[in-house]
Amino acid sequence: MELLVASAIGILTAAGLYLAMRLRTFPVIIGMSLLTYAVNIFLFASGGLTVGAPPILSDATTYTDPLPQALVLTAIVISFGMTAVVVVIALGAYLGANDDHVNDLDEKEGQA
Amino acid sequence: MSLLLIVALPFLGALLPGILNSAGRQACAGGTLAVTLTALIGLISNIPDLMAGEVITQRFEWLPALGLNVTLMLDPLGAFFAALILGIGTLIIIYGRYYLSRNDNMGEFFTYLLLFQGAMVGIVLSDNILLLLVFWELTSLSSFLLIGYWKHLPEGRQGARMALTVTGMGGLAMIGGMMILGQIAGSYDLSVILQNREAIQSSDLYVPALILILLGCFTKSAQFPFHFWLPHAMAAPTPVSAYLHSATMVKAGIFLMARMWPVLSGTPEWFYIVTTAGLITMVLGAVIALFKHDLKALLAFSTVSHLGLITMLLGTGTAFGVLTAVFHILNHATFKAALFMSAGIVDHEAHTRDIRRLGGLRHLMPITAAIATVAALSMAGIPLFNGFISKEMMLEETLETQLFGPHWLVPAIATFGALFSAAYSFRFIVHTFFGPKRDDYPGHPHDPNKGMWFSPALLVTLVVIIGVAPFLVEPLVKTVAGAVLGGVYAVPDYHLAIWHGFKPPLYMSMIAVAGGLILLAMHKGAQAAWDATPRPEAKTIFEGIIAFFAGLAEKITATLHDGAFTRYAAILSLTITALAGHAWMTGNSGGRVFEPQPMTEVALLGWVALVAATLFLVFKHRDRLVALILMGIIGTVVSVGFAYFSAPDLAMTQISVEVVTIILMLLALNFLPDVTPAESSAGHKLGNAVVAVLGGLGAAALTYHLLLGDFVQNSISEYHLANSYKGGGGTNVVNVILVDFRGFDTFGEIIVLGIAALVIYALTETLLNGPVRARLLNRVPDKPLAGDRHPTMMVVLTRIMMPVVLLVGVYIFLRGHNEPGGGFIAGLVVAIAVVMQYMASGFAWASDRQRYPYHGIIGAGVLAAGLTGIGAWFTGHEFLTSSFGYFRIPPMEKFELASAMGFDLGVFLAVVGAVMLSLESFSRLARRAHVPDSDYPMDIDPSREEETPNQEGAA
Repeated sequence: MELLVASAIGILTAAGLYLAMRLRTFPVIIGMSLLTYAVNIFLFASGGLTVGAPPILSDATTYTDPLPQALVLTAIVISFGMTAVVVVIALGAYLGANDDHVNDLDEKEGQA
Repeated sequence: MSLLLIVALPFLGALLPGILNSAGRQACAGGTLAVTLTALIGLISNIPDLMAGEVITQRFEWLPALGLNVTLMLDPLGAFFAALILGIGTLIIIYGRYYLSRNDNMGEFFTYLLLFQGAMVGIVLSDNILLLLVFWELTSLSSFLLIGYWKHLPEGRQGARMALTVTGMGGLAMIGGMMILGQIAGSYDLSVILQNREAIQSSDLYVPALILILLGCFTKSAQFPFHFWLPHAMAAPTPVSAYLHSATMVKAGIFLMARMWPVLSGTPEWFYIVTTAGLITMVLGAVIALFKHDLKALLAFSTVSHLGLITMLLGTGTAFGVLTAVFHILNHATFKAALFMSAGIVDHEAHTRDIRRLGGLRHLMPITAAIATVAALSMAGIPLFNGFISKEMMLEETLETQLFGPHWLVPAIATFGALFSAAYSFRFIVHTFFGPKRDDYPGHPHDPNKGMWFSPALLVTLVVIIGVAPFLVEPLVKTVAGAVLGGVYAVPDYHLAIWHGFKPPLYMSMIAVAGGLILLAMHKGAQAAWDATPRPEAKTIFEGIIAFFAGLAEKITATLHDGAFTRYAAILSLTITALAGHAWMTGNSGGRVFEPQPMTEVALLGWVALVAATLFLVFKHRDRLVALILMGIIGTVVSVGFAYFSAPDLAMTQISVEVVTIILMLLALNFLPDVTPAESSAGHKLGNAVVAVLGGLGAAALTYHLLLGDFVQNSISEYHLANSYKGGGGTNVVNVILVDFRGFDTFGEIIVLGIAALVIYALTETLLNGPVRARLLNRVPDKPLAGDRHPTMMVVLTRIMMPVVLLVGVYIFLRGHNEPGGGFIAGLVVAIAVVMQYMASGFAWASDRQRYPYHGIIGAGVLAAGLTGIGAWFTGHEFLTSSFGYFRIPPMEKFELASAMGFDLGVFLAVVGAVMLSLESFSRLARRAHVPDSDYPMDIDPSREEETPNQEGAA
């Protein structure tokens, strides 16, 4: 089970990084969203993986670690805010310059 | 008066000049003067206690954990300097009142001056070296403002910059030195450090600490090789030069050497560094001063020279050296400040400070000439003036000092320096005031009004009094010297007197004065020879070094930060992966290792879905709409994963955030191109893929390791689980953590969210009010629009759904404390319900029916959360402490009311407002002028009989 989660995080990270290194704003934003998933799952997993023991107090004896959940919950909401800000900046740049490259156009890297 | 008040007065008073500025120059200067005088009187009120041998201290805890406390101490040394600072400050303010012209902003000037004064007083009264450092840096900053006061002069700006660079760097070095010293002594309090002479001098870190502290002192007191900034700082108005660059700030370094003298001096390192630097500075400054034509430059270099003299005396490490140094500090402050003020008067009246254009002024301005002559003769070391006595004592001290070569070397060098010192003093007098009256002065020189010559006149009176009757100040000098010596040596039994008999120092003095006169007579030839000699120009070297570093910094920046985001991303990923790899290879994870849990079919299924969607996304990301759909799938799987691994709250949050994120991205995609063009070369892609895979492997390995290892430290979660119900009154531990245990965190987070939404709103406004607006209005959609913009089915459906979703939202909110749910999730759900109305019936229709602006809702949310927190104060608890109780209204079941609910309501409102404001802002971009807003919820309404509105865009 741990392997599944770890590899899922790895794949999300790799995909996120690859997309974050693209040349246009939109894939970069998508890449950053994937990285957000990866980071959130990672934080969540740091409390350990437990099936069927939500941290809702009842007659049960074991509960999963509630703290990472609380941290990730706000992280998810905040990451929405962050994505929205990045998107509006990207949008403003594109509408202002009719160009959605992330790199400076003066660069002679041959990518632009 | 309390020490704190003495230090604080100038800072508080710094507000006065600005306020009084509009009330006239007299009021402005008067206010400043009153502040300084009050502080001075406060200082004097402490003198009786000092005389009784007491050391007055005052202590306030500030940051005790860092050892940084406001501890003030007044001993004779501190009082001596504080009296110099405040006393000469008083005179300078009177002088400055008349010196500044009507075009100068007097309020600004006096504000800076008081800030500087406060910082200086702070230095000399600090008992805590960290506090001292704070004041030390403040003097650098305030002197920067004062030097650059005439902002229109390039020399002023350059001089200010140079002074700040040099003294600032010295200050940085000194911070390091002080830290080391504090570590050795185990305390940052001077009173403790000064008791630890043995421990400090035997420490291995003594030499680094000494060098770092001396760097600070030498830069501040313009000692060789850092002497070059002082003459350039003379671009400041003359009151500043007189105050900062002769009497006070440049003596801060000297003060610190004196303050630290008991613990730092007496070692060979101290002796060689300090004495050598002092001696070189003294001679070099004196020689250069003779050949300067600018009166203030001459005085600047002479100040450098005299500071060198004092430094050298402190360096010798003997009690007599200290006594002489203290005496010379006093003498130098009196005659040099008077000289600077006289030079300022000459400049003010004759409109030039160039000594070659002056001469014969004694006929035109006799008072000024008399003042300047007395002060300069004192500087030259002529009997009956105070400079003579301390200079002779200095010469006597050099006889006992042996540095490097034979024992006559130091006395010879000192006499040589004194000779030049006499020569430039004579030149100052003769070339400015003597000789025939000229008819080509740029101005019309005459004596200024009383206000301007009062201050220097008072100072030269002191010069004469001390010179004739040195025994008057003997108790003072001895008490201060005793404070410097700090009990290491006894104060020498020496009497300050004019006549000590025919002894070597007298002969040396005579040689110096006679030589000075001869040198003056030969000045023309000497000057020509000097001008012909090539010399390194400090300013050029300094600028060269600065240019070199600026160029280097620019190069590094340009290489690393070349505008290619892609590169930063790659460099960042590689660096993090490499660091993590290093930790992985070398670190010791330790701890218990768990057995992996068995895989389940459900989990495997989810994994396959996630991996498939992710890989598909990577390969298909060019089609942006497909990419969004795949993102949605990934988000859904993640949310199901949360649910599977016992995190129902996270699952609900993730799925609702997913919905609003996708809506947001769709809105953005409306404007962005639909396709990402293929631009990267195959090699480039491969490189990116390698970086990405490395990063992914690292993340996977880290997670796997983390999941199978045990906690390094015990988790605090046990506490949360145990106290959630008892202390917070809720069974949903995650929610209790959010609104109670870590409520302050959450409070910050909803504020951040609100700010993010406001940023989006502001950016949108900017876009809509800029050139982009026209483009947006004239935009032709690249795809055919739907014929029916507001489909009947959708409108009807969302209308029916609305109350249902709202009810769900309320339900989720209410149960949040005990069951999965809460403000965050409820807020997101309600936001989705509202967004659906926008989607179905259009922006105009929906916003017409929106009664409260979203900004307000965000604000109300933050306010509600904050007020709930403050409510705890009224029950005597700390901010955000929650309280709860159980109630029963008869027909219903028992229910709970917790103050946390008010907080959660704040979270709810802030989330609704933030999400809606973001989405609304995006959709505002899409409104186009030539599409009429529909008054109806749907375009085709079977119940409406009239013509359907124009359906443009279908074509």
